[in-house]
Amino acid sequence: MSIIERPADIARHGALGTSPPRPDGIEKVQGTFEFSSDISADGCLWGATLRSPHPHARIVAIDPAGAWQIDGVHAVITADDVPGQMNYGLISQDQPVFASDVVRYVGEPVAAVAADHPETCRRALAALAVEYEVLDPLLDAEAAIAGDHPPIHPDGNVIRHQRIIHGDPDVTGAVVVEGTYEIGMQDQAFLGLEAALAIPDPGAKGVELHIATQWLHEDRTQIAACLGLPEDAVRLVLGGVGGAFGAREDISLQVHTCLLALRLGRPVRMAYNRAESFIGHVHRHPATIWMRHHATSDGEIVKIESKTVLDGGAYASTSSAVLVNAITLAQGPYRCPNAVVDGWAVRTNHLPCGAMRGFGAVQACFAYESQMDKLAAACGIDPVDIRVLNAMRTGDTLITGQPVLNVAPVEECIRETAALPLPDEPVGGAPMPDGSADVMKLPGGAGRTADAGDIVRGIGWGVSIKNLMYSEAFDDYSTARCRFTDGVVTLKFATAEVGQGFVTLAPQIARTVLGVDDVRLDRIDTQIGSSGSTSASRQTWMSGGAVNAACLAVRSKIFDHVAEENGFDPAALTIDGTDIVDSVSGWRGDVAEACAGATFDETAEYHHAPTTELDENGQGSPHTAFAFVAHRAVVDVDPELGLVKVVQIATAQDVGRALNPLSVIGQIEGGIAQGLGLAVMEEIIQIDGVIRNGNFTDYLLPTFLDMPPVVATLIEQPDPYAPLGAKGVGEPPCISSTPAVVAAIRDALQQAGIDRPLDRVPVRPGDICL
Amino acid sequence: MLAEHGEATLLAGGTDAMVEINDGHRRPAGPVLAVNRIPDLRSWRHDPASGTVTIGACVTYTELMDPSVAALIPALAEASRTVGSPQIRNAGTLGGNLGTCSPAGDGLPVLAALDATVTLASVRGTRSLPVLDFMVGVKRTAIEPGELITEVTLPVVDGWQGYAKVGVRNAMVIAIASACVVLDRAARTVRVALGSVGPTILRCPEAEADLSERIDWASMAVAAPDLARFATLVSAASRPITDHRSSAEYRRHAVGVLARRLAQRALTVDPAGATR
Ligand SMILES: Cc1cc2nc3c(=O)[nH]c(=O)nc-3n(C[C@H](O)[C@H](O)[C@H](O)COP(=O)(O)OP(=O)(O)OC[C@H]3O[C@@H](n4cnc5c(N)ncnc54)[C@H](O)[C@@H]3O)c2cc1C
Repeated sequence: MSIIERPADIARHGALGTSPPRPDGIEKVQGTFEFSSDISADGCLWGATLRSPHPHARIVAIDPAGAWQIDGVHAVITADDVPGQMNYGLISQDQPVFASDVVRYVGEPVAAVAADHPETCRRALAALAVEYEVLDPLLDAEAAIAGDHPPIHPDGNVIRHQRIIHGDPDVTGAVVVEGTYEIGMQDQAFLGLEAALAIPDPGAKGVELHIATQWLHEDRTQIAACLGLPEDAVRLVLGGVGGAFGAREDISLQVHTCLLALRLGRPVRMAYNRAESFIGHVHRHPATIWMRHHATSDGEIVKIESKTVLDGGAYASTSSAVLVNAITLAQGPYRCPNAVVDGWAVRTNHLPCGAMRGFGAVQACFAYESQMDKLAAACGIDPVDIRVLNAMRTGDTLITGQPVLNVAPVEECIRETAALPLPDEPVGGAPMPDGSADVMKLPGGAGRTADAGDIVRGIGWGVSIKNLMYSEAFDDYSTARCRFTDGVVTLKFATAEVGQGFVTLAPQIARTVLGVDDVRLDRIDTQIGSSGSTSASRQTWMSGGAVNAACLAVRSKIFDHVAEENGFDPAALTIDGTDIVDSVSGWRGDVAEACAGATFDETAEYHHAPTTELDENGQGSPHTAFAFVAHRAVVDVDPELGLVKVVQIATAQDVGRALNPLSVIGQIEGGIAQGLGLAVMEEIIQIDGVIRNGNFTDYLLPTFLDMPPVVATLIEQPDPYAPLGAKGVGEPPCISSTPAVVAAIRDALQQAGIDRPLDRVPVRPGDICL
Repeated sequence: MLAEHGEATLLAGGTDAMVEINDGHRRPAGPVLAVNRIPDLRSWRHDPASGTVTIGACVTYTELMDPSVAALIPALAEASRTVGSPQIRNAGTLGGNLGTCSPAGDGLPVLAALDATVTLASVRGTRSLPVLDFMVGVKRTAIEPGELITEVTLPVVDGWQGYAKVGVRNAMVIAIASACVVLDRAARTVRVALGSVGPTILRCPEAEADLSERIDWASMAVAAPDLARFATLVSAASRPITDHRSSAEYRRHAVGVLARRLAQRALTVDPAGATR
């Protein structure tokens, strides 16, 4: 596999290793970028969804008559109107397009309407009469495991059970620490709400869907099956995506929009508002993780035992894959020779859960990092030292028996993080002219709750491992096409740009490989092979690999062409900046001029090395690659009111190679904000199966006053398995930042003489002070 | 107009009303009357003779943060600074805060602690009533159909006053507990009002009386145990509920701490001091 060298020539602006501006940056900043919610078409109608008010109920009857009486209503559809497969799903197809017999969560779609205006839609939904017979909801994950509740779905209440037995299950350690940890349900909270526009073909023979999604081709497969159409009759075009974080991996309004458009033979658009978005997409799995570490008295890990329970909510989504991450990464970035690990993903009548940035690794990390601090305390070792002592290295084996072949600079991540400067400002910031602290810099911020004397500062650590790409024998690939004509390169791919910056990176690759400046991007749609999902930190590796391969194929055509025209040996040609150079004769010429009049057009697929499934003891090589990161948090705590202010996060991240350093920093800062949110405020609260805070008044996201400065170091050790030497960088920042913040709060409390377990995130003020 | 359309919806900054309308919690049955351009409602005045400040219903939080207001009613300026974001403070008004009458309204504890008077007008004439009588319950007021809040009158008090609020993030957050403490040196009384710990804003007569007695008004000092007792009495005066924002237990604890810390900012605390 080729690693593009890093000679001086690529310092050329816009090539790999530099940070050119995003092609869509100015439009986004100026507010002119077309997000999918902005897309419309002539004669377009609006669609809207009727949803279940009950967590579990039988549908006795649906009477649409009331809706039909409203002027402007064009269609009312229910499960009876689904021409194809009734269910969809990413791994197992267990989720109905519309509930037909039973509803399984509050917010489950029951019917949809199309009308001339969103307000008409609203009235039509209110006029639809659905008679329910309320059923006993299953809201306790443990009850689902125990089998205490009748199945709420034909597939049963357990989505997946998997154990891992590794090494000697009976060995014990001189030091044993254990705990039970809880992780709340986090929302992806992207700002660009779900929206789509479906334009039917004449005669309803096909449909074009403009959609904000993470994976066009997988959407197409599921949509076509439900519409009962061949896949090539369903064409998807990426609408402008305002963030994703996993929440756009599953089907939400795609099938409904297409059904309405095909039914009416008119374009139909649908758009969720914030409240509907909260119930209209999957969330991060709430988890309960019991964990016990055995170690030598010196602190070397001997064995881990754990039991992980993920509440998957009503439908399977990606729960089984999330579970595999949560249990196979339970050892963290540490050597661990023996393990007895058990994991369950169960079905309940809560909101469905699936992908969210970190995908199972987040839940495991809060548990194992809390454990590492307990272990350090039990052994009388510094939290940094215990992590360095156990740090995984290349060639070490996971508890699945899989060797870690990638570069594994865990120790460097920890040491480089420790070397970063601590904040130089005291509690409350530099004193104001009158000597007082700046209240905005104290916990409680604008609420003016504290004075500097009320505050204690703590420091905490988090280190993590994340698998990159898809796992468990999935043949994950990406496709890209490179067309070179008259010195202009046009790239085509189906890679969903969700804000991560592939639209910046892909031209950087082409500029570097082909020595051109002018790189254009074709529309992102299904008129080319799949690029796989923009998730699992995989697109730089996978689609970057595909674009690289397509560009290399074109480059070899260019070399053949130039060699033939000039009588060179193609093997002696190289690209240097924007020139082709013949290393034999010393000839050099501008790439564009040397190829004037010629066109080369190549399409390439990139596949990563195959992985395997887990056997019944959880042994196998399920993962493709791994990345690592360390976080150190400094947090000011008001022990009496339980309020916190994160003062600084320091991090050193294993990035392989920073192809676009500014993008990497963006991922690091954004991921840390999300990790901080989970640590201290972000949680969807459901009471009796009903969401209580599905709005931004009560689902709190960090503001500028909550998000501290981030000091970051990139650990650049190009990975020999990565096509460009670069590892995925999107997920790691949000994984161990959460436990680092919580550890810092514990540390501050200990300094104040208070011992609190803080074994649940988000940490609430009462957890600290009551 | 209001008289003709008893069912009219009044709109000031719209920062509560539009949220309710967009969420479908409220559908205006009749016309929507925008009142925030009525000049009389947009201004405030200081009346040194009566020692009062009168604030028009449509004065915004940003205006209330102005040093000229802050010099007279510092707690109201502090409370205004805790409201939402700059955009919300530019649009949101004190009259709207009263109109909504949420127990979490940040302007309201200040009005309650200062025993403000609310003036209402209708074609039938005007009437004034104490803010504590105006606030009837959770989002319930004494406004009658056809009535408009025109202004609020507050006394200028000699002595320290302050406001603090607890939310689960450092800005842009609804209070889960809040308190306003006013020390009236002339009357030698302490006044405390609490937000988000009851169906509406609560005063704490017992805590107020107790601390008023125990402060050494000449030196503005208090003994630490007396302050601790004040916190306990304030907590005891609260009537919080548990909901998705917080537990009742935390709210009860937090208002006591807030009231104590506010008083502490005003007073010299003698850690070893004997209680009075
Ligand atoms: C993002 C956001 C953050 C917020 N943060 C806070 C916060 O931190 N603290 C806080 O206290 N509030 C907060 N609020 C709520 C709101 O901003 C305040 O309650 C504000 O004071 C409302 O004023 P307004 O002028 O916008 O009222 P409007 O929304 O215009 O009106 C509110 C209600 O009062 C009635 N009304 C308005 N004027 C009159 C009048 N003159 N006479 C009679 N009735 C009238 C209206 O009919 C309506 O029922 C927030 C709101 C948002 C959207």
